[in-house]
Amino acid sequence: MEHVTKEFPGVVALDDVSLQIRSGEIHGICGENGAGKSTLMKILSGVYPFGEYSGEIRYKGEVLKFEQGAIQHAIEKGISIVYQELALIPTLTVGENIYLGREPMKRGVIDWDTLYSKTKQLLEEFGLDIPYSALVGSLPMGKQQLVEIAKALSNNASVLILDEPTSALSVHEVETLMDILRILRKKHITCLYISHKLEEIFTICDTVTVLRDGRVIDTQPITSMNNDTLIRLMVGRDMKERFPERHSKIGDSILEVEELWVDHPEIQNKVVTKGVSFNLKQGEVLGIAGLMGSGRSELVMSIFGEYGNIRSGSIKIDSKVVTVGSSRVAMKHGISLVPEDRKKQGLILDQSILENIALPNMEMFSSFLRLDKMKELRLCSEYAKSLTVKTPSLHAKVNSLSGGNQQKVVISKWLMKKPVVLILDDPTRGIDVGAKFEIYKIINNLSEQGVAIILISSEMEEVLGMSDRILVMCEGRNMGTVSSKDATQELIMRMATGITDYTEKEE
Amino acid sequence: MIIALVLIWILFGALTDGIFFASRNMSNLFRQMSIIGFLACGMVLVLVTAGIDLSVGAITGFVSVITAYLQAYILAGPIANLFPSLSLQAHAVIISGIAVVAGLMVGTAIGMWHGFAIAYLGIPAFIVTLGGQLIFRGGILGITRGKTIVPIVEPFKAIAQGYLPRTLSWVIAVILIGLIFFMTYHGRSRKKQFGFPLDSIWKDYVKSVVISLLVILYVSVMNDYRGIPIPVLVLIVTAAIIHYISRNTKFGRYVYALGGNREAAKLSGVNILRNTFKVYALMGFLSAISGIVLTGYVAAGTIGGGTNYELDAIASCVIGGVSLSGGSGSIVGALIGATVMASVVNGMSVMNMDVFWQNIIKGIILILAVYMDVATKKRNG
Repeated sequence: MEHVTKEFPGVVALDDVSLQIRSGEIHGICGENGAGKSTLMKILSGVYPFGEYSGEIRYKGEVLKFEQGAIQHAIEKGISIVYQELALIPTLTVGENIYLGREPMKRGVIDWDTLYSKTKQLLEEFGLDIPYSALVGSLPMGKQQLVEIAKALSNNASVLILDEPTSALSVHEVETLMDILRILRKKHITCLYISHKLEEIFTICDTVTVLRDGRVIDTQPITSMNNDTLIRLMVGRDMKERFPERHSKIGDSILEVEELWVDHPEIQNKVVTKGVSFNLKQGEVLGIAGLMGSGRSELVMSIFGEYGNIRSGSIKIDSKVVTVGSSRVAMKHGISLVPEDRKKQGLILDQSILENIALPNMEMFSSFLRLDKMKELRLCSEYAKSLTVKTPSLHAKVNSLSGGNQQKVVISKWLMKKPVVLILDDPTRGIDVGAKFEIYKIINNLSEQGVAIILISSEMEEVLGMSDRILVMCEGRNMGTVSSKDATQELIMRMATGITDYTEKEE
Repeated sequence: MIIALVLIWILFGALTDGIFFASRNMSNLFRQMSIIGFLACGMVLVLVTAGIDLSVGAITGFVSVITAYLQAYILAGPIANLFPSLSLQAHAVIISGIAVVAGLMVGTAIGMWHGFAIAYLGIPAFIVTLGGQLIFRGGILGITRGKTIVPIVEPFKAIAQGYLPRTLSWVIAVILIGLIFFMTYHGRSRKKQFGFPLDSIWKDYVKSVVISLLVILYVSVMNDYRGIPIPVLVLIVTAAIIHYISRNTKFGRYVYALGGNREAAKLSGVNILRNTFKVYALMGFLSAISGIVLTGYVAAGTIGGGTNYELDAIASCVIGGVSLSGGSGSIVGALIGATVMASVVNGMSVMNMDVFWQNIIKGIILILAVYMDVATKKRNG
């Protein structure tokens, strides 16, 4: 791709980008959010047809000009893209999804035998372990992703673009994906691997290109780089510490959960939280680690009053037993929750930043009859500014913000309540390195002010780097709480997979 | 959709050799549109919560016959006995007052029932209000026994058929213009006080001047005939109140939030159940107003009153830019939509077209108007 420039109204997304990709290699593309990775790939895969960008794409010696129905052209040429958000139909089977729109026909009717035998063949050829007639919706995320890849491969893709493929995968599924990519490399299928996850880039890629602010910073073989050099290229500054310094001032116990048993709200006889007990102190950051499905989000949502049926157990705030029946009650007791999925649970995307920040805080600037808009604007601006939300105006719609800024909006809205206990569920998922650091600083500031913080994270290093103590959950049970001094990645992983229990020494 | 409205007006003006624009016709047009206007105001909030209310026509008709029934059969005697010293006219006013209050209470009660069933019992709005439609249409037949209920006392009729005297209409125009300029000035000074950026002074005041000119134009056209029709005045006041509620109260904010993203709203502390209940109760109240005006307008309680009004209300909202999936829409838009619908019907009767054409054309206009909206959105975004 040479001298590719793409502009959107008001923003230059790609500025004279040139890069070369060798056939059969796995080429990583790295960069912060907004660096232009997705835009570049969209041009290559035909989402932005010829004419909407300037510059050239040369593929196998030929200049590519995708016009109407560009995505289809790209696929026919052998360029397929697998998106972070899967484009599968959950109510159809694996085979049906793979051949959607191209079902083999016999005398005007779909030839199911051929469809399924071709599916089986395809899956075997690439070592994909998926039942070909299962409904896609019943498969775990990891397998769904593999179906997407199979779909691309069934189109005889010679260039496969993977956009953040592992954000929804478990550790085991990521390894499976890596194996499959190695098989593809052996078959001379070129892969473009867009990712934030540096460990994966180093594991699987041959070459890496770093984009920043729409420009190519550098392209290097992976062997010539390490974590630090890569991060420096991405961010442009030396990230000596990934995590800001903390000065913990831990006070008294403020939240006590005892023997909490929570039932699943819909599925009968399914217990989601099994006798969990823990306490949380003022000024402390309690990290909660665990694999996907271990019940961490469910635990905190129950404490917040918005999940499941609490069968037994007690929650004490400031030594007083409370029944938290809804988010409103939780808020009254000083608990705030920044939810896991910021788009679905944390924000109203069509509304402005101002309206989003104001929503749980309406009491602060309105009485029954009046909404003091000036006061609202003033207070919300304060918080947005103190959290460095980057936006030209508070009236901009939140869906125009980057992931990091969106997350800051969610945090602002909860901070305004001046919570006693702040729960953050995977707050840095899908956010670029720079914004992550800013959020870490915010968390540290809050804990220094005495706010008790629960931090759920799926990133081992984050949990280790930010917490005072780490609670590890496995399948709804509390496997133990480790102080950060004693914690190691290995110990936490063992607890998270249920191999070991851990009992902290009584103080 | 303002463009659509203007185009439709020009079209009918041309087709009718300008009779469409005669002040008497314009006066009738706005009077007719007011009945749907009340429903549209309430329907905006219902649609914003991604709900729907199919019963509003039936509620309108039901309240209409209840108020008629009270006046014609029940109240005359007792009032005369209770206040023997007062004149007949005074009796009529008291009767009207009681009928109005009763009608509002009935409509609100029905709305509250719907709100309860939808919010607290969890029955889908489509079903609850569809059932409501059947129930209350049946109720209408029950109360009227298949006959039209007459007579309606004069003061009650005045609500729908009366006009504001010309001088009073001008007074109102002046007050309105004064308000417009005051609000512009006040808004600017408050913004300055808090250090917020101001639009250019020209833009603000030109806008005020344009709106003021429209007000003057409107009042002069209305006054050319007999003055501002009273139901239009009631509609303007009601719409202003509902508009204020939707933009400047907690309730309004919660309604738009819960329509925009129900789960996020819930997790942000919005009481979904209570606010949903209130929306449908409000809809019931506004349907009652519509029913009262209807009775006064046709001077009777009829068995067919309000039929299909819900579809007109929904169409007005959609033409006016309300999204059926919830979260967005404005009162002003809905009223413009209602005006579009009323203009089409009015234009066709001025042209002496057969009545069956009206529904056909209304349906086509609805599809076209929304298409225009979708097309401009696609171009801009």
